Amino acid sequence: MKNAKLLVTLLYILFLMLPIYWLLNMSFKTTNEILGTFSLWPMNFTLDNYIKIFTDPTWYNGYLNSITYVVINTVISVTVALPAAYAFSRYRFLGDKHLFFWLLTNRMAPPAVFALPFFQLYSATGLFDTHIAVALAHCLFNIPLAVWILEGFMSGVPKELDETAYLDGYSFWRFFVKIFIPTIAAGIGVAAFFCFMYSWVELLLAKTLTSVAAKPIAATMTRTASTAGYELGLLAAAGALTIIPGAFVIYFVRNYIAKGFALGRV
Amino acid sequence: MNKTANSKAWLFVIPMVVLVAFNALIPLMTVVNYSVQETFGDNVFFWEGMKWFEQVLRSDRFHESFLRQFAFTGMILLIEIPLGILVALSMPRKGPWVSVCLVLMALPLLIPWNVVGAMWNIFALPDTGLLGRMINGLGIHYNFTQGPVAAWATTVVMDVWHWTSLVVLLAYAGLCSIPEAYYQAAKIDGASAWAVFRHIQLPKMKRVLTIAILLRFMDSFMIYTEPFVLTGGGPGNTTTFLSIDLVKIALGQFDLGPAAAMSLIYFLIVLLVCWIFYTLMMRGEAK
Repeated sequence: MKNAKLLVTLLYILFLMLPIYWLLNMSFKTTNEILGTFSLWPMNFTLDNYIKIFTDPTWYNGYLNSITYVVINTVISVTVALPAAYAFSRYRFLGDKHLFFWLLTNRMAPPAVFALPFFQLYSATGLFDTHIAVALAHCLFNIPLAVWILEGFMSGVPKELDETAYLDGYSFWRFFVKIFIPTIAAGIGVAAFFCFMYSWVELLLAKTLTSVAAKPIAATMTRTASTAGYELGLLAAAGALTIIPGAFVIYFVRNYIAKGFALGRV
Repeated sequence: MNKTANSKAWLFVIPMVVLVAFNALIPLMTVVNYSVQETFGDNVFFWEGMKWFEQVLRSDRFHESFLRQFAFTGMILLIEIPLGILVALSMPRKGPWVSVCLVLMALPLLIPWNVVGAMWNIFALPDTGLLGRMINGLGIHYNFTQGPVAAWATTVVMDVWHWTSLVVLLAYAGLCSIPEAYYQAAKIDGASAWAVFRHIQLPKMKRVLTIAILLRFMDSFMIYTEPFVLTGGGPGNTTTFLSIDLVKIALGQFDLGPAAAMSLIYFLIVLLVCWIFYTLMMRGEAK
């Protein structure tokens, strides 16, 4: 029984790691080697692909652009979602249930539906090709998700906490910032993680809303695949580098994820 | 929790409503506008009524990509949910290996979607990819760029690779919330492993599993980037799912009317299914 469990876990992780291993393997090979020979590890180990990415501004700017709009989006989404989630978890107000469902419907809207109207909207407001445009557009699905997650966490906090604080003479905002936010820190961590994740991996809207100045790394990669021939090694190196920020974020929230989910209603 | 009635709570939600409405209502109205009009460019529009909706609902192309989409979503749900539960049950509950497992498993979730597509492309190419080489080495002819079955299988396996971890994480969180006492009680009663799963673990995971199914349904129904990069919707149209088809019509052929009508029908279907899920979920919770 114990061994069977271990086997399942190991096999699953092996299945997850294989494509990533292959991507890394490819990223250290020259294009000639990729096309010419088949080997499980690089024969002529080269860092050229990575050097090219770190020295060519069109490449490394892609990373900076992506990280910029992802961080802006995460900050906006969580900041706006916090009071809203508090309202949903503590108060009954006119149309609250409908509003909550309307919010969730935005999480359900396929980005493909909105690609063209988004392009027109952000062109008309003069925000096209800026980081803020992508950050705002990603709010469409990240705010609902953040509210959903945070509402779950907040409902897990007993209301007596609020009432005791008021009796102790705390004003609402002082209570909210000094007591309430630290109490649901794990929930904020999980919400921020999911906002980061969905904004980082989304491409359709990010690509539609940018051309040069705020072009995300993922879009730079599509260009390479089509115009500069098929430079598999370079593509693999760029892909491998996109894994790093994600891995970094997971490492920081690894304890929150398991604990956080268990604590909140989620 | 009994909530206090407070109309001022609207003040808390206003910033959120403004931001989301800006992104949701204006584009949605644009789509509605296009869906009932015809244009020949130069911003001149003619009223067309329901023509585009009828056209889309009658077209074989829409029926086909719709069926493909349903088949795909059904297939990945049938694989990912049981597999995710199985892995979550097998994971260690405590110890130093928990974080290692969590970090490694969450990794695919944080890779940009087109990188996922590109990665699987590189991984599955019949001549240079590890997977392609292995399958062909077993004596099975495999080329996902030409064979429809191979293309389908590769897309499904890619999605399983990409998203099963989300189900694992959610199910695992549900499992972690079960107090140790439950298991001890089950042990004293001499309950079988199946009984423990059926009567303790599954009920405790019900809520997180509903969320997992809902999220996987929504996301797989909107899938665009990964199959687009992997197969480009081909060979032929065999992996052209709804979103890929929609983008082809809207941005490729610039048929705004039909594309907008299709968008709305598409959105309404997702909405309907999610509404049913949501209602069932809320009803289950109220019990």
